[in-house]
Amino acid sequence: MKGLAVFMSDDKAEKARTRIKTNASMINEPYSEISNKLRALYDSVQDEAIPEHFLELLENLDKAEKAANPADKGRPGEQK
Amino acid sequence: MTAEGEHGPGFKQELLATLPSLRAFAMSLAGRADSADDLVQDTIMKAWAKQHMFEPGTNLKAWVFTILRNEFYSQMRKRGREVQDSDGTFTARLAVHPSQYGSLDLQDFRKALERLPSDQREAIILIGASGFSYEEAAEICGCAVGTVKSRVSRARTRLQELLHVSGESDYGPDAGTAAVTNPPAAP
Repeated sequence: MKGLAVFMSDDKAEKARTRIKTNASMINEPYSEISNKLRALYDSVQDEAIPEHFLELLENLDKAEKAANPADKGRPGEQK
Repeated sequence: MTAEGEHGPGFKQELLATLPSLRAFAMSLAGRADSADDLVQDTIMKAWAKQHMFEPGTNLKAWVFTILRNEFYSQMRKRGREVQDSDGTFTARLAVHPSQYGSLDLQDFRKALERLPSDQREAIILIGASGFSYEEAAEICGCAVGTVKSRVSRARTRLQELLHVSGESDYGPDAGTAAVTNPPAAP
């Protein structure tokens, strides 16, 4: 199941890419220069690595939630 | 779909997968890397707190974009629109990070983009760069599909004007001449 989640992300990314191309060609046929620059600008940010502090934030939120909801694992007294 | 629990690893992973695109969208709204990342951080916290409201199987990316957009405009309202500026003076004050945007060419494009009214800018970005359908973009912006279409169309026209200001006078006479001297080859 974990493996599946990973592949789903790829699949979604692929679908999004396809749609970007479709949208762009629909909107921007005569404006391909605008379309290309728009995507280049967006991708310049999108292609950056996700900043470390976001990854940490998500990890911490996840940990805090698991600590607060020990239903699936551990005992209430086990927090951090 | 996945048989993970209601708070399974799925949500965290999927949220993570939206972050690159979410940051790019935040950057296009906020205009500056530091405020964009603040906005993304606030959005992650909100999305996490509201994750029970997300319907599994629907589009998480669109859902998160909606949260970020709402957050952005509500922060703008709180600040009394101090950064609201469609005339480009804000753009002039922006710290420029040339390496971040590569060529000068792209920087010109970015400036043109920032001169668009925000509703047009977000519409053309959601459709042309984020990869949303018109329906999804309409939902994210809380408006009708037709409204998104007309905003995209106006954005496109305005960008064309801004980037090729001299275009008409350059092409004007030549285009006319070309039309006369080179009639379409086939009927």
